[in-house]
Amino acid sequence: MRSEAARELKFRDPARAAALAARLQQTVRQIGRSPVAVMHVCGSHEQAIARYGLRSAFPKDLDVIMGPGCPVCITDQPEVDEAIALARQGIRVATYGDMLRVPGTAASLADVQAEGARIDVVYSVTQAVEIARASSEPLVFFATGFETTAVATAAAMLGDPPSNFFVLSAHKYIPPVMEIVSEMPDSRVEGFLAAGHAATITGWGVFEEFVVRHQVPVVVAGFEPLDILAALVRLVELVRDRSRAVDNMFPRCVTREGNVAAQKQLWKVFRPIGGRWRGIAHVPNGNLRLRDEWSHMDARRNFTIDLAAVWEGAPSLLSQQCICGDIMAGVKSPTDCRLFGHECLPDNPIGACMVSTEGTCRIWHEYNVRDQRSAVVGPAARATARAEAGGQR
Amino acid sequence: MCLGVPGRVVEIHDNEAVVDFFGVKRRVRLELVDETVQPGDYILNHVGYAIRRISEDDIEGTLRMYEELLREASDNDLMANDVRGEVQATASAEVGAKAHAK
Amino acid sequence: MRKLIERVFLGGVTRDAADMDDGAAIPVGDKWLIVTTDSHVIQPIVFPGGDIGRLSVAGTVNDLAMMGATDPLGLTCGIVLEEGFAIDELERLQASIRTTCEEAGTTIVAGDTKVMHRGEVDGLVINTSGVALTRRVVRDRGLQPGDAVIVTGTVGDHGMAVMAARHQFQFEEALRSDVAPLNGLIRAALNAAGTGITAMKDPTRGGVASALHEMAEKAGVSILLREDAIPIRPPVRAAAELLGIDPLFIANEGKALIGVRPEYANVLLRVLHAHPLGRDAAIIGSCLAEMPGTIMLDTGFGRRLVSEPDGELLPRIC
Repeated sequence: MRSEAARELKFRDPARAAALAARLQQTVRQIGRSPVAVMHVCGSHEQAIARYGLRSAFPKDLDVIMGPGCPVCITDQPEVDEAIALARQGIRVATYGDMLRVPGTAASLADVQAEGARIDVVYSVTQAVEIARASSEPLVFFATGFETTAVATAAAMLGDPPSNFFVLSAHKYIPPVMEIVSEMPDSRVEGFLAAGHAATITGWGVFEEFVVRHQVPVVVAGFEPLDILAALVRLVELVRDRSRAVDNMFPRCVTREGNVAAQKQLWKVFRPIGGRWRGIAHVPNGNLRLRDEWSHMDARRNFTIDLAAVWEGAPSLLSQQCICGDIMAGVKSPTDCRLFGHECLPDNPIGACMVSTEGTCRIWHEYNVRDQRSAVVGPAARATARAEAGGQR
Repeated sequence: MCLGVPGRVVEIHDNEAVVDFFGVKRRVRLELVDETVQPGDYILNHVGYAIRRISEDDIEGTLRMYEELLREASDNDLMANDVRGEVQATASAEVGAKAHAK
Repeated sequence: MRKLIERVFLGGVTRDAADMDDGAAIPVGDKWLIVTTDSHVIQPIVFPGGDIGRLSVAGTVNDLAMMGATDPLGLTCGIVLEEGFAIDELERLQASIRTTCEEAGTTIVAGDTKVMHRGEVDGLVINTSGVALTRRVVRDRGLQPGDAVIVTGTVGDHGMAVMAARHQFQFEEALRSDVAPLNGLIRAALNAAGTGITAMKDPTRGGVASALHEMAEKAGVSILLREDAIPIRPPVRAAAELLGIDPLFIANEGKALIGVRPEYANVLLRVLHAHPLGRDAAIIGSCLAEMPGTIMLDTGFGRRLVSEPDGELLPRIC
């Protein structure tokens, strides 16, 4: 027990974190212009940055933009509506906890649960399978999350679940959306922090072609405070050196090929198709759907999903005015959006950037930010500030 | 069951492991991990599945890599020395505080 | 929930109730009569470390204590049962109620029992009311800039134990509720620090975050917390991390938050540590005049806002 605690502490050592933050400031300044914009595309990175207050330690001249990496946030309204429709039709639905309150077009799963629909919150797909096994009625698992989570769904499906277990797949695949963001005109993103857990599955090799095609570096990062800071230092170094490279800063979990066994299971069950992500329009190959061989387990092919009923009386689609895509590309700011702070609020989010606790819009709203470089002080930030002051000597 | 937390394998029964996460034990499925896992190994868990075996060497390697990153600042860089000084001062203050607490 | 109460129930109610502290304070002669009422519907009704019987007594005793009234005159106890409720379970709950009353030095002075048809109520509902006299009322709105914020022990024990039991999360480590009557602890605290104690609140539903938000908003101060100062048992921390739940949002049923003038903080801490229910008491933050209503957390790496929890805690995948 003591060694685990000691190990954990090493990746969470505030002194080293402060040193890395100072190094980050130093490296950003070597680039000599402001701001330098990089993007992360992982919900766990968002959560880690939020949970540790790392944003207050980032240099003012570095924009760490939240990309479309929160699977909860980018699950589009119609997909949530499908789950809602099934629930309203009397079918039992199992879902991960974080999807429960995400708004569909007119309601969330929490709302229909309050109406009396049977929604089970699960922390693992295996739990959903167990619920199905213990019941004689159909159980639809609302499968959300990126490839890291999709492999678990695949494993469960390959593990011979009961015939009343169905999957409504809203899984997403990350690499295609990085392409989309890079291709956006006026995109300011100069480098990507890649999701460490997704890369554990896919390997970092998937980014080799990407960096050449889009001429931006990619650094794979872990999730402890030191992991994130160190990866940012490396990423900014690559930006400084104009290096179109992939660097793996999470070697304890990520290899070039990744987890081949898991990849095999993933592609046995799923195929990629294009689809909408909330706030970011069409992403080719960004959605994962069940292959034909699995139609017997596919909720979409076994139940008629009455979306029209869900959309009856729905409010006008404000989502059409949502500019989250531009915000994620670093092209626009939340204050450029006419919905921000009016119709779009944390209590009533329209786009992904407001759904996510680490979304740009959500942060700006909570911290009352008016521009990208709003100062929030902290011990790591103090080191940064000292480094800044040192540079001006 | 989130955030890919690392834990230590305590027991294995078929395709399921009992894993210790900083003192809390949970059951984790092994169908997805691409190496043989033994009691005592560390695994990365995501939504109830082990997705990777983490070796001790890799952990130490990562920590060494971070040290390298900090040392890469040139010796002539006064500011870096400043920071290193602050790190050392903080570290020894922490050690002092911990010793005092005991 | 607060919005619901404000909108529906408080329109047309007296100003005192609209203040919505842990209890009502009614002047009687040269003292104050504190009155509080609470209904308990927890599921499951028995959980590691306690049951709904203990919870219903401790909850009301603690609401009185949070107002500075540490000697209850008596409690009432109204029970609504579902038809078919097991007698031996009911006896177990009655025993819990009796034991917890003894710990608090009080008794049930009036009660009522009703039975509803099967399906019309979920198991049982217990309502307890309590009354007590006090010379000085401690409000939850009394924080001042410069005050230290103390928590009397480890956070998240109750909510995490109940969540584990409710969802059968199979945590093999013992998670136990902290449910306990605090009037003895608070009596010692008030004797030691007197008017140095500016505000008190127990962090029940919504956890420390919710209670501090209310205290900060009502007082017009902000509170800066230090994460490394917050006492938390390792299994609770690990369980919360695994489920992606912030320990500051998790309910406590045997802890109090105390705002105290800085010159009294150490004296108070010593007295709390000397009491079995206060061994892990700690100063977790301080109050500032800037940015009223804000709760900030220094994580050791930076600072972040602590938001208000918005409903049932759910495990998170990402």
